Amino acid sequence: MTENATPPLIQFAGVTKRFGALTVLDDFNFEVAPGEKVTLIGPSGSGKSTVLRILMTLEPFQEGRLTLAGMDYQEPAGTGPFKASERHLRDIRSHVGMVFQSFNLFPHMSVMRNVAEAPVRVLGLSRAEAEARALDLLALVGLVDKKDHFPSQLSGGQQQRVAIARALAMRPRVLLFDEPTSALDPQLVGEVLAVIRDLAHEHDLTMLLVTHEMRFAREVSDRVCFFDKGRICEQGSPEAIFTAPSHPRTCEFLASVLG
Amino acid sequence: MQWVSYLPSLAQGALVTAWITLAAIAVGAVLAFVAGIARVEGGRAVSTLALCYTELFRGTSLLVQLFWFYYALPLIGISFEPVATGILVLALHVGAYGSEIVRGALASVSVQQFEAARALNFGRMHTLIHVTLPQAIIEMLPAFGNLAIETLKLSSLVSLISIADLTFRAQSIRNLTLDSAGVYSLTLVGYFAMSLVLMLVMRLIERWARRGAAFPRAAHS
Amino acid sequence: MMYGYTWDTATPLAYAWSILPIILIGLTVTLKAAAAGFAIALVLGLVFAMLRRSRFRSVSWTTACVVEFLRDTPLLVQLFFLYYVLPEYGLTLPAFLTGALALGLQYSAYTSEVYRGGIEAVPRGQWEAATALNLTRMQTYRDIVVPQIVPRILPAMGNYMVAMIKETPVLSVITVLDMMALANMIGERTFEYLVPLTMVGVIFLILTLVCSAGLHRLQKVLPKAGIPLR
Ligand SMILES: Nc1ncnc2c1ncn2[C@@H]1O[C@H](COP(=O)(O)OP(=O)(O)OP(=O)(O)O)[C@@H](O)[C@H]1O
Ligand SMILES: [Mg+2]
Repeated sequence: MTENATPPLIQFAGVTKRFGALTVLDDFNFEVAPGEKVTLIGPSGSGKSTVLRILMTLEPFQEGRLTLAGMDYQEPAGTGPFKASERHLRDIRSHVGMVFQSFNLFPHMSVMRNVAEAPVRVLGLSRAEAEARALDLLALVGLVDKKDHFPSQLSGGQQQRVAIARALAMRPRVLLFDEPTSALDPQLVGEVLAVIRDLAHEHDLTMLLVTHEMRFAREVSDRVCFFDKGRICEQGSPEAIFTAPSHPRTCEFLASVLG
Repeated sequence: MQWVSYLPSLAQGALVTAWITLAAIAVGAVLAFVAGIARVEGGRAVSTLALCYTELFRGTSLLVQLFWFYYALPLIGISFEPVATGILVLALHVGAYGSEIVRGALASVSVQQFEAARALNFGRMHTLIHVTLPQAIIEMLPAFGNLAIETLKLSSLVSLISIADLTFRAQSIRNLTLDSAGVYSLTLVGYFAMSLVLMLVMRLIERWARRGAAFPRAAHS
Repeated sequence: MMYGYTWDTATPLAYAWSILPIILIGLTVTLKAAAAGFAIALVLGLVFAMLRRSRFRSVSWTTACVVEFLRDTPLLVQLFFLYYVLPEYGLTLPAFLTGALALGLQYSAYTSEVYRGGIEAVPRGQWEAATALNLTRMQTYRDIVVPQIVPRILPAMGNYMVAMIKETPVLSVITVLDMMALANMIGERTFEYLVPLTMVGVIFLILTLVCSAGLHRLQKVLPKAGIPLR
C-alpha cells in the first residue's frame, strides 16, 4: 500500500475558528496520517495552540468539518458550543492525549497517583493494573524513584516527564505537545526532549508537536508545517523547510528564530 | 470569691453552647457543600434555587430568622423543639455563608486543572470529586474557620428563644445576684476560651489537610 | 408608644398595610443605630490599627489581644455587659447609645483589620520613595498612603456596614425600639407574629440587596490606582 492510499487519521476540512470578532483559523485544511510525526512552527498568535486545543476538544470551532479516525467531532443533532454530546466528546477524547506547556499536574496527587488516576477512573482498570502500567511509564521517563513525591517537590523537567507518562497511560493514538519545553529552564530542556525523541520512534503513535526548538523539530518530525495568520503557509519534510524554504514569510521567520 | 459559685451553672451552659454550635456547623457544612456545588455545577434551575437560598439567608437578619422560626412558624402549624429550632436556623445560616466559600474556592481552581482533567477524559463527576474539590477544600479551610467562630458567637442568640446556653445562664445568674460585672466578665472569658479552642482545632485540621508535600504553602488565615 | 393603635388583622395584606407605618419608624431607628455604630467602628478601628503598628511591643501586643477578644466574643454578651455594668460605674447611657457603642466596639475589631491590611498592602517601595523625597511621616500618610488605600478598603468597609445593619435587631433586647422590637410588640398584642416578622425579614432583604448592588457599583467606579491627585 502506498502512503497516499492510507486514509488520514486526522482531517481538518475548511475549519473556521473565531474568538468573538477575531478569526483565528479561516477555512483551515490539514491532514495527518496514522503514525505521522508533525511539527507546527510559526510566529506567536498564528493559531498553533488553537489547532491542538480544538483536537483535544478544549475549544469548539464554528464551521467546517473535523474528523479523527473517521469520527466526526460535531454530531448532526449536536447542541452546545461543541455541537456534540458530552458522551461523544468523551469517545473522541479516548483517542487523544495532550502535554501542556505548564505541565498541569494535579498538585494534590503523588506522581504515581497522577499517572494511575485516569486509568482507574476513566478506563476502569484496577488500582494494581493501573499502578503497574504507571510504573512501566515512569521507568520510560526515568522517574521511578520519584513515584511517591508530589509535583511541588519536582523540577520543571521532571514534572513535564511525569505529565508525558500521565498522558501515555491512557494509551492515546494521537499525542499533542503544546510547547512542552517553553516553561523550562534551559538546562532542563534536554531531558524532556530526550523522552519525546524516544516516543518519536514509536511506530503507532501519531504526534503533533508545537515547539520553538528548531533543531529538535528537524530531528524527530516527518513533516514540518509553517503557520502564519491561521493558515499553513508552507509545509514539507524538515530538510525542505529548514534548508530550502520557498515562502518569504518562512524565510523571515526562520531567520528570526535561528538567528 | 462569689464568682466561683457561678461556675457549675455557666459550665453547663457552655456545654449547651458547644453542642448547638458544633451541630450547626456540621449540618451547615453539608448544606454549604450542597448549595455551593449546586451553584457551580447545577443547571440553570438548580443553581438559581441555590442562589435564592443563599441570598435569602444572607440577606435577612439571623435574629429575625430565629424569631420567625420560633414564633411565626408554629402559627402555621410547623413547630420544633427550641433546641432543634436553634440548630436549624444556625445551620441554615452557616450553609448560606458557607456555600459562598465553597463556590469561591471551586471557582478559584485554575482553568488548566480542568483542561488537564479533560485531556485525560475525566467525566464531570470525577473531575469534581478527584481533581477540583480536593484542591478547593484546602483553600476553604481558613474561611470555614472564621465561619465556625462566627457561629459560636451567634449561637448566643438562641438564649433569646429560652435555650439554656451560656448566655442564658449568665442572664439568670445576673438576675439573681445582680453581680453584672462578675457574671458577664466570666461569660465573655468563657466564649473567648471556646473561640480559641475552636481556632486551634481548625488550625490542626488545616495542618492535617496540608500534611505531606502536596500543599507546601504556609497556612494563611 | 403603641397605645391607642388598633390593627386590622382581617387579612394578612390589610394587617401588613396597617402596621407598615410603625415598622418604618422602627426602620429609621435601625438605620440610625447602624450609622452611629459604624461611625464608632470606623474611628475606633483606625485607632486600634495605629496602635497595632506602634513601635512599642507592649502597646501593639496589648492592642492585638484586645482586638482579638472583641472579635471572638458575642455581640449579645458585650451588649449586656455594657448595658448592665456601665451604670454600676456611674455611666448611665440611653439604651440607643449603649447599643451603638456595642456595635461599634465589636465591629472596630473588624475594621481595624481592614485598615491594617490596607496599610500593609501599600508596597514597601512607596514608603521608601517617600523617604527618598524627604516627606514627613504626616505628608507620607496624607499624600501617599491614604489616597492609595481608600479605594482598596472601601468595599470591605461596605461589606461590614451591611453586616452591621443585619445585626442591629439584637439591640431590641436592651429596649431599643428598632424594627425587631416593634414587630415583636405587635406580635404580642395580636398573637399574630407571622406578618410582622416576615415584613421585617423582607425589609432587611431589600436593604441588603440594595446595599450589595450599590457596593458592586462602587467597586466598579473606584479608581484602582488610588484617588487621583492632580
Ligand atoms: N480564549 C481566547 N480568547 C480570545 N482569543 C484567544 C483565545 N485563545 C487564543 N486567542 C487568540 O487566538 C490567536 C491564536 O492563538 P494561539 O494560542 O493558537 O497562538 P499560538 O500560535 O499558539 O501562539 P504562541 O506561540 O504565542 O503560543 C491569538 O491571536 C490569540 O490572542
Ligand atoms: Mg501557543
